[in-house]
Amino acid sequence: MEIDPLIFRLSIFILSIFVGYYVVWSVTPSLHTPLMSVTNAISSVIIVGAIIAGLSGNSNTIFNTSSIFGFLAIALAAINIFGGFLVTQRMLAMYKKKKKDK
Amino acid sequence: MISANLSAIFYLVSGVLFILALRGLSSPETSRQGNFFGILGMVIAITVTFLSTDNFSTGFIFVIIFILAGGSIGAFIAYRIPMTAMPELVAGFHSLVGLAAVFVAISAFLNPEAFNLGTQGNIKLGSLIEMSIGAAVGAITFSGSVIAFLKLQGIMSGSPITFKGQHPLNAIILISIIVLIYLLCTTQSSNLFWILLVVSFLIGFLLIIPIGGADMPVVISMLNSYSGWAAAGIGFTLENTALIITGALVGSSGAILSYIMCKGMNRSFFNVILGGFGATDETSGEKNKEQRPVKSGNADDAAFLMKNASSVIIVPGYGMAVAQAQHALREMVDTLKKNDIKVSYAIHPVAGRMPGHMNVLLAEANVPYDEVFELEEINNDFANADVAFVIGANDVTNPVAKTDPQSPIYGMPVLDVEKCKSVLFVKRSLSPGYAGIDNDLFYKENTLMLFADAKKMTEDITKNL
Repeated sequence: MEIDPLIFRLSIFILSIFVGYYVVWSVTPSLHTPLMSVTNAISSVIIVGAIIAGLSGNSNTIFNTSSIFGFLAIALAAINIFGGFLVTQRMLAMYKKKKKDK
Repeated sequence: MISANLSAIFYLVSGVLFILALRGLSSPETSRQGNFFGILGMVIAITVTFLSTDNFSTGFIFVIIFILAGGSIGAFIAYRIPMTAMPELVAGFHSLVGLAAVFVAISAFLNPEAFNLGTQGNIKLGSLIEMSIGAAVGAITFSGSVIAFLKLQGIMSGSPITFKGQHPLNAIILISIIVLIYLLCTTQSSNLFWILLVVSFLIGFLLIIPIGGADMPVVISMLNSYSGWAAAGIGFTLENTALIITGALVGSSGAILSYIMCKGMNRSFFNVILGGFGATDETSGEKNKEQRPVKSGNADDAAFLMKNASSVIIVPGYGMAVAQAQHALREMVDTLKKNDIKVSYAIHPVAGRMPGHMNVLLAEANVPYDEVFELEEINNDFANADVAFVIGANDVTNPVAKTDPQSPIYGMPVLDVEKCKSVLFVKRSLSPGYAGIDNDLFYKENTLMLFADAKKMTEDITKNL
């Protein structure tokens, strides 16, 4: 009997939860705010679904109800991706060590 | 067009890069590299999606246009946002992830052929379950985050909104969501799908309104977690490894942060979710309101105390963020350091409105991160320090949490500020903090209250040093 591909995806999912669990516990508490903004940015990888949805129309009808929702989702996810990574970058650039020569 | 297997491998690579992005945050030195990995992972995922579609029609141009439009809005916000507004920003961003998940689910429901999920009215059962869970969680994330945003922004009152029958109502709605998903899967009716979305939006709204301002760290973390689970749900629908891995990572990340925040307040997760904290014990606070003597001082007294100290510990709280006092504070500390006074910062886990809020503000003011300590690292040092400078914090310093089992905050880990030789407490008035209880610290022999705006007081002290 063949194994349903869903089971493989479920395995990836469960193992990723464990990876996430251990990786996040090792994040230093002082970086918890950048952690939230970067997780926010990466969860916007949902844009891949939005792109497929946006391209679902054929060449005659680029805009149908389904693809319009796709385009809107692309814009929302793009705000998050750019906003999330850039604001994380901006925050991380501020974390500096004590200057020794003082 | 590249093969489905090849693109699956690339999605896996981008998932691994996202894991490395989070791993990088284990220390500030590696964090910037981590962020770069995250960006790389995202670029790979998007590029592969482009390559795996064979539809390079005019629609493709619109995809680019929408990415650029959204991207420039996002970039603009990222550069303009002040660091004090970070909690609002994160709440706002969560709402967008939630809404994007909802939109993708709607799109997949209306046009399942495009996603290889079957045909309309006859969507594969597994996909339909995943899709409706993703849509429901996404909708809850959206409306919940919008409320959190409004509360943090001050557009909506931060105090808990409660009404009779709230909990039974929420329970009924949650059960009805499960029933709706079941019915949707058996009938494939699009009406049920829309009803499911509306009900999910509603429950997100109802879940967050009873939660008060100071519980926001938990709420934001929780919504962070939800946005991850929503993404994972959509990832299962689209059979996309990158999305499944990311969803799981973000989901567990948010859950851990919620747990850390709850622990910082010594409250159970359910206690926070059920809400209404702080509104209940106004009466008990009222009855022992007899006037107790407090010593109050001015900037001159504070400067004198600090000048004669050899070590000072600074305890910042949400009030510092409100007064935007972090830069003034760092200037004061610079002056202290010139006088060979040892200065460190003590951060309580729930100081501020989101996890790590204070650390970011101090970093913005150029405070080196190795002078900033977490509660358990620094709590023993208070006994040896000369002066504790409490700026904008309140409940997290209240010794009642250790001494009075009747107190609502009893058992919460607090900073042992009262063990310092003297305590300087910058505050605008004697009013109780969020928990609605009096802070015993105000009335201690060795406490000097500095009644003023945090920023102005700090500047005045610097002048007097």
